[in-house]
Amino acid sequence: MHVGIIFFLVILGSVLFHIFTPWYWTDVASNWGGMDDTITLTFWIGGGVFIAVCLFMVYCVFKFSYKKERKAEYKPEDKKLEKILTWATTLGVAALLAPGLIIWNQYVNVPKNAIEIDVMAWQWGWQYRLPGEDGKLGTTKVVNINDNNPFGINLDDPFGNDDVMIQSDVINLENNRPVKILLRSVDVLHNWYVPQFRAKMDAVPGIVTYYWFEPNKVGEFEVLCAEYCGVGHYAMRGGVEVQDKQEYDNWLQQQETFSDLIAKQKILENEKTKLAKK
Amino acid sequence: MSEDFNDNKTIQAQSSEAISGGGSGIATDADYVRPAEVADQDLYHGHSFITKWIFCQDAKVIGVQYFLLATFTGIIGLILSWLMRLQLGFPGLAPFMTAEHYYQFVTMHGMIMVVYFLTALFLGGFGNYLIPLMVGARDMVFPYLNMVSFWSFFVAVAVLLASFFVPGGPTGSGWTLYPPQAILEGTPGAGWGIMLMCISLILFVAGFTMGGLNYLITVLQARTRGMTLMRMPLTVWGIFTATVLAMLAFPALLVGALMMSLDNVLGTSFFMPTILKAGEVLEYGGGSPILFQHLFWFFGHPEVYIVALPAFGIISDLISVHARKNIFGYRMMVWAIVGIGALSFFVWAHHMYVSGMNPWFGFFFATTTLIIAVPTAMKVYNWILTLWRGNIRLNVVMLWCLGFIVTFVNGGITGIFLGNVSVDVPLSDTYFVIAHFHMVMGIAPLMVIMGAVYHWFPLVAGRFLDEKLGKWHFWLTFLGAYSIYFPMHYLGFIGVPRRYFEMYDSPYVTSAVGMNEFISLAAFIVGAAQFILIYNIIKTLKTGKPAGHNPWQACSLEWLTPTVPPEHGNWGDRLPTVHRWAYDYSVPGAKEDFITQTTPPSEVAHTKVEKT
Repeated sequence: MHVGIIFFLVILGSVLFHIFTPWYWTDVASNWGGMDDTITLTFWIGGGVFIAVCLFMVYCVFKFSYKKERKAEYKPEDKKLEKILTWATTLGVAALLAPGLIIWNQYVNVPKNAIEIDVMAWQWGWQYRLPGEDGKLGTTKVVNINDNNPFGINLDDPFGNDDVMIQSDVINLENNRPVKILLRSVDVLHNWYVPQFRAKMDAVPGIVTYYWFEPNKVGEFEVLCAEYCGVGHYAMRGGVEVQDKQEYDNWLQQQETFSDLIAKQKILENEKTKLAKK
Repeated sequence: MSEDFNDNKTIQAQSSEAISGGGSGIATDADYVRPAEVADQDLYHGHSFITKWIFCQDAKVIGVQYFLLATFTGIIGLILSWLMRLQLGFPGLAPFMTAEHYYQFVTMHGMIMVVYFLTALFLGGFGNYLIPLMVGARDMVFPYLNMVSFWSFFVAVAVLLASFFVPGGPTGSGWTLYPPQAILEGTPGAGWGIMLMCISLILFVAGFTMGGLNYLITVLQARTRGMTLMRMPLTVWGIFTATVLAMLAFPALLVGALMMSLDNVLGTSFFMPTILKAGEVLEYGGGSPILFQHLFWFFGHPEVYIVALPAFGIISDLISVHARKNIFGYRMMVWAIVGIGALSFFVWAHHMYVSGMNPWFGFFFATTTLIIAVPTAMKVYNWILTLWRGNIRLNVVMLWCLGFIVTFVNGGITGIFLGNVSVDVPLSDTYFVIAHFHMVMGIAPLMVIMGAVYHWFPLVAGRFLDEKLGKWHFWLTFLGAYSIYFPMHYLGFIGVPRRYFEMYDSPYVTSAVGMNEFISLAAFIVGAAQFILIYNIIKTLKTGKPAGHNPWQACSLEWLTPTVPPEHGNWGDRLPTVHRWAYDYSVPGAKEDFITQTTPPSEVAHTKVEKT
């Protein structure tokens, strides 16, 4: 008797925990609310199956526990019942898969007006690069990276000169404007992840990966590395500040471009040579 | 020579010794069983202590050896998990717990539990003990190879544990061992640790292949007369199919480990692209880190089923025996095991939705992954339909079965979240994943192992385990483990990433400090509760209630040996002859509520047996 009761309480407790939990997702701050909706749908269908199966089990425990005089039913198969269950399950699974695939289709197709952002990861930090007025990012190579060229931009690529360089782990984004995150890493796997945006993707050394989202809430968010990258993984944080257009434009104006950096370095070098001559 | 076959001259001519009947009933045509095609197996009988108990060729002893060594390794894994939970629940409490150590413990815990504990225990332990007994063979077909298999496993474990004592300690690259990180400075154990890990895995795979060949060929070639494939207990089907998967999946791991070792030691670049480290470009170039992930998960996903399928098989038998009812939909159960096994090779990249592989793969792998839910769900339905109108003994074995159903359904459904590609995006690499796979391939298979231990201990030791201690063990483990992993899913919803040594004051987790402390306390209790079993075994080994023959009134062959516990060779003078499937419980018209597999139809002529 008490066995059935305890199992029943476990099921009941699970449902109550789900309803009253203080631990649940953060408010979504991007266009990926559809992911939350699919999770909710999965909760309804999957949770329903979980409750139904477990309650059926509890019922059996109450109803059919051992009695010496009783004999169990002898029924090796029931083709009809098995067929019904198979099709019902297939239907339920299809109902979950369809919205999942529809949203994935949106996830892999980036809108044309998205701003590209180069997110460069290393052990253990982030920096960012935005396209300049030409709207295009210059190409890069790991071997080009040095103090004078922190992003490894190919010097013979004209698109690279006006790239905006943000040598900080915090980046600003314009509210309601889609961004395409281009991820690269110079050493090991990383993953640029903001829980409120829901989206994520690994940064893989050797290739450029991408994902996109459209922030829709002004505010500051924490960036976490979501792919284990060695002993400093847990400390590899960053930040995002989502701003309205006006503030964002102001911020962008103040950032340095690659040509600014080269010019600054030339002045420095000239001064050095002058000093040396003296 | 049995009386049963005297009227059939062809049989007498073909087979002169290995014929035996199950009972002493009157022979009829219905009792006819095809004669044996090969002579009885010759066995090497050990004479000294060493050949009997150490370098032993008896599959039963090898099974127990596997069981004990896997359990020993599992206890180390358990202690590592305690240390991890100590850090997560009460950061800073243990002064020795640095980030390096934490990641080393995470890695070793994962690899030990998945490969050296669960796989070794299900296939090496239960496989060796049960396959020959359940199919009516005298032993595995290659007993010597079987012995070498165990000792390869022993060396593999020794190499693995040796990595705790080498410079730099064991690898801390996560159990997935992803390069480039696994072999670069910045990850603990990047030199010696990862090398020993790869060597240990290679040894494990080599040893496992020897054992695996044995399981397959024994099932295919050494079944006793009348034991058709569709009469085998589901335990054998589960272990058999899992072994097929292992034979196909482990080579991918072997190749991955080998190639990574070459990258590490010889400086090849299979998995290593151009890398900038501390301002210097390393001498690698052109390799693909994602290639390793494909190799790893081509092994890693079938690996989930290498653990799950034996568990499915065993639980089916336990439920059937203790519900006194045939397993519902046996044929469906067999095809579901085979189908899940086949499908499991087409779903591996669902571990890699956000790995940076071509995102278009997502559509394919999400679809295959959700298809696999259908046969899995059918199995669950058939388990609970076996309970329906059964005559359920609520003993400790059945408790573990019920615990399995709850945890497996729970973990299976969270698997649908993660398999459904776009739902996986927010949840992958968070605590939701940890909660999911611990529930479905940690706790659920553990429930099966425990159920199986309480079920077959009377066969192995000839005595029952103590039922009262068993109940304490069950309730502490089940309720404790459930309260560890059920709430943990919600940490994942918040967005807490996995493999974080410390969260600082991230806004996501300040609210979850209390939960983390609670989970840690529960983990300490659940871990400690496992020692109740060890105490129970030690106590009852000498003083437990004697079990006698077939104490659970089961139908399957392993309970029908002439001696309990079965001796070397299993069957005395004559191999058993099988007349029916392993599930004739509560047949209408039968005197008892079970008919053993060896009972010839003539003895139970008045019963309404539907399937034989």
